[in-house]
Amino acid sequence: MARKETPQINASSQADIAFLLLVFFLITTTMDVDKGISRRLPPMQEDQKQEDIKINRRNTIIVRISASDRIMVGSEQMDVSQIKDKIVEFVTNPTDNPNMPEKEIKNIKGFGNYAVSKGVISLQNDKGTTYKKYIEVQNEIVRAINEVRDDFSKQHFSKKFAQLDEDHQKIVKEAIPQNISEAEPKDVKGK
Amino acid sequence: MGRFRKRGKKAAPAISTASLPDIVFMLLFFFMISTSFRQQDKLVQVKLPEATENAKLERKDLTSYIFVGAPVPAKQAQFGTDARIQLNDSYRTVNEIRDFIAAERESLSEVDRPQMVVAIKGDENVRMGIITDIKQELRRCSALQIMYVARTKAINED
Repeated sequence: MARKETPQINASSQADIAFLLLVFFLITTTMDVDKGISRRLPPMQEDQKQEDIKINRRNTIIVRISASDRIMVGSEQMDVSQIKDKIVEFVTNPTDNPNMPEKEIKNIKGFGNYAVSKGVISLQNDKGTTYKKYIEVQNEIVRAINEVRDDFSKQHFSKKFAQLDEDHQKIVKEAIPQNISEAEPKDVKGK
Repeated sequence: MGRFRKRGKKAAPAISTASLPDIVFMLLFFFMISTSFRQQDKLVQVKLPEATENAKLERKDLTSYIFVGAPVPAKQAQFGTDARIQLNDSYRTVNEIRDFIAAERESLSEVDRPQMVVAIKGDENVRMGIITDIKQELRRCSALQIMYVARTKAINED
């Protein structure tokens, strides 16, 4: 029997087919990673009164957003752009002002003693507040905390917070906690 | 001067394209693997609010999404323009979040359950009333780790 060689399959169109598929997947791919502001909600409690009493008055700053999107921090009305500095001042309390939050010496593992601020930022909003404003304010508060953390990191580890390794980040997080209380729904009167 | 050959006479050697399919295939596999197809139909219009201090969502597989916004134009005749909550593929009320969370939690493995994140994709024009209701409901079902999904705003430091 004569051996016939199997004819070679022409592979020149393989590239075309692959290209076609490639283009299809290129177009359909969405590589968006969702980003946003991460929060941890407080667990539901039966009697919510208790917690309110525990926190001293000087240790809280109340950020209110009214139904008409006006912002009150403490007793002053202010613009979104002013919130950050106010919060930074509140959290750091550089002059040990008696009206600003107290500090508690805490022993942080791997770092030593540090005066940790006991300040709590309480965020209140009205039913009519727009989500946009709310996120803007949330963002400013996070920005303030990040700034303080960056300062601390630069001072002690001479690096920005984001560039620290995990252990150091943990230390910084402990030294400058992000205490934001998203209060129970309360209707802030629109002024 | 026969020493110099005339330029241009000799054709440039053809570039071998034999490795082209390999390269293309490599790219193809990359895109095939990284593609995730959209699983849900959009029933509400969501224009995310802007923020600068965004954190990345760590594990997409542990995330449940809650969409809040006005119904898409095609559905407005039926459902109006008031902000609504979309869970999976339908409009839901706040009270149904509980079942949704329970179902989502059930679908995760036991190890991952504490790390579950609920991502709220809210339109920037919705009122906080509905968001607060959602938050309260989430607290009630102890799904405490949440994320307000936002767009990243270009930073202009002053």
